[in-house]
Amino acid sequence: MKFIDEFRDKEIAEGLIQRIRKTSTRPTQLMEVCGTHTVSIFRYGIRGILPEQIKLISGPGCPVCVTPNGDIDLAIALSRQKDVIIATFGDMMRVPGSTSSLQKEKAEGRDIRIIYSSLEALKIAKEYPEKKVVFLAIGFETTSPTIAVAILRAKEEKLHNLFFLNSQKRVPPALRALLQTKQVKIGGFILPGHVSTIIGINPYQFIAKEFDRPAVITGFEPLDILQGIWMLLKQIEENRTAIEIQYRRVVHEEGNPIALKKIDEVFEKDEGRWRGLGLIPDSGYRFKESYKSMDVRNFEIEVEPLKEHPECLCGEVLQGIKSPLECRLFKKVCHPENPIGPCMVSIEGTCHTYYKFYQP
Amino acid sequence: MPEDKILLAHGSGGKLSHDLIKQIFLPQFTNPSLEPLDDSAKITHRQGTIAFTTDSYVVNPIFFPGGDIGKLAVCGTVNDLSMIGATPSHLSLSLIVEEGFSIELLKQIISSIREVAEQAGVNIVTGDTKVVEHGAADQLFINTAGIGWIRQGVNLSGINAKPGDKILLSGYLGDHEMAVLSQREGFKFQGELKSDCAPLNDLVEKMLDTCPSIRCLRDPTRGGLATTLNEIAMMSNVGMVIEEEKVPVRESVRGISELLGLDPLYLANEGKLIAICPPNEEEHLLDVMREHPLGRDAEIIGRVVEENPKRVILHTLIGGHRILDMLTGGQYPRIC
Repeated sequence: MKFIDEFRDKEIAEGLIQRIRKTSTRPTQLMEVCGTHTVSIFRYGIRGILPEQIKLISGPGCPVCVTPNGDIDLAIALSRQKDVIIATFGDMMRVPGSTSSLQKEKAEGRDIRIIYSSLEALKIAKEYPEKKVVFLAIGFETTSPTIAVAILRAKEEKLHNLFFLNSQKRVPPALRALLQTKQVKIGGFILPGHVSTIIGINPYQFIAKEFDRPAVITGFEPLDILQGIWMLLKQIEENRTAIEIQYRRVVHEEGNPIALKKIDEVFEKDEGRWRGLGLIPDSGYRFKESYKSMDVRNFEIEVEPLKEHPECLCGEVLQGIKSPLECRLFKKVCHPENPIGPCMVSIEGTCHTYYKFYQP
Repeated sequence: MPEDKILLAHGSGGKLSHDLIKQIFLPQFTNPSLEPLDDSAKITHRQGTIAFTTDSYVVNPIFFPGGDIGKLAVCGTVNDLSMIGATPSHLSLSLIVEEGFSIELLKQIISSIREVAEQAGVNIVTGDTKVVEHGAADQLFINTAGIGWIRQGVNLSGINAKPGDKILLSGYLGDHEMAVLSQREGFKFQGELKSDCAPLNDLVEKMLDTCPSIRCLRDPTRGGLATTLNEIAMMSNVGMVIEEEKVPVRESVRGISELLGLDPLYLANEGKLIAICPPNEEEHLLDVMREHPLGRDAEIIGRVVEENPKRVILHTLIGGHRILDMLTGGQYPRIC
């Protein structure tokens, strides 16, 4: 397949692995921030072909996984209102809240619809003017522009029955938080390709300047990842720290100014709550004044008290402190058919990826 | 089973379907014909061995590129009989029709059933029709059952795979599921996607004529190649190694899979088979398969090994390896 096969070529892969072997002289721990990277790394067996001294750890880059329990409970409470239609991306359906999930609520007859783009929520709102349509606005900077556009359109079209449960996250502040806690030794970051398409290179500069770590914005095909790893190792061996772009065919240094402008029109930075990482300054968005009427958090609604499985390690897994293999629930109680934590639900969740691909 | 209600995933053909069979059905019905859990049951009689099977069809939409629910209902049952080495001969046909269904569409479906039954050389010899109120079924559901005599000197079963055996696949993966998905709301893809829905009995006859020592045949329907290989690996208590670069997947199917985050190795097929044969027979068998229009794109995709029993390992395109597990959770419902 054009533009895909070129990045899965066995001979080039072998060449890159050779280079990695030649370059690497010391034990190094690299974090792949994004869930799509984790899946690709497992799907192509990349961990197994790297030299033993290079360890890859998975980071907090799965938007479903980092959505706090309280937001899931809020979505569930909203779905129980008679005049509410919930519109959501499919991955959210099976995420367990404190006592229920959207999937279970749907089986009880609540009106919950899976959509594939933010703009579909507008369509539903127009079709059912007598209902309140609530879109679960989950995602990183990659998704935020499309959410902003949906909000701008709703305002333009004077739709008064479309609301947003805003749980969007910004990646760079979370990386800062990870570096500050010092709980995990991170020798360098494999940075998310698609988030960087939007935000560009500058929001990451603090990684090199303040924390003295290298980072490479990397694509998702196996050759991209191998090349990204090699670029990181090269920086480490040459004692350099810089933010470099491997994924040049998609990512520009300045990001996507049009998309950034849309986000800026609707949202401003705010603290964000992450599952596992807690409250992180500047890691979320809040509505700007003129769009506040669409924020579902203005609703007065009773949400059940928070409850989490005491043994679930999703929080530690998201920070790279623990691997799913260290969780007592993993595979025994918690599996894709009976997920206890969100990392087992999303196809990009670390636990789900380990469950599916890991071979001891 | 942690669930107290039936979920759509219980019908996916993946892990939950297996749990359902093992925990609810098998404890109630224990008998030697059922226990091997092959695609058809074998019933031994003085005059020989009969194969018997049944299947229900609930595909949505009922017409899709390359077929319709009627064609699927004949092919599915014919293929289940063929997979244990039987020559399909007689089929039953039961319809559950929703009130208000178009008689014109019904005629089209029945005519498509006649056409594919003729092609497969089977007779529809008994049937039943039920009509239910509007909303109690979605348009039309079909059940077929079928019987056939098992060829003498042939012993096909999922329990037969042995280390050293070779694994063959008859052609491109995922055409059926993608063709059905392409018709769903929200996914209006254009292009030449067409279901591979076809009766495999003639291909199987030719394969068994040349290579009666084939150990096992399976059609990778729901759950796809990955799930079917895992079933055989478990039943035979062997390991398997599959070479990703040998597994044929069409460019269009791969493209859409990339887009939707699906894995072609888990997509349903309705006109493909997996064959496991003893070592040194694979080249010969491959030639025979490639001579047949339904096996033109056949490949030897892997081998049976002693290591890692009950596990399937995939050698990836770039030289790594990983586990190839059964389908969990289910990709999309009502594809057959």
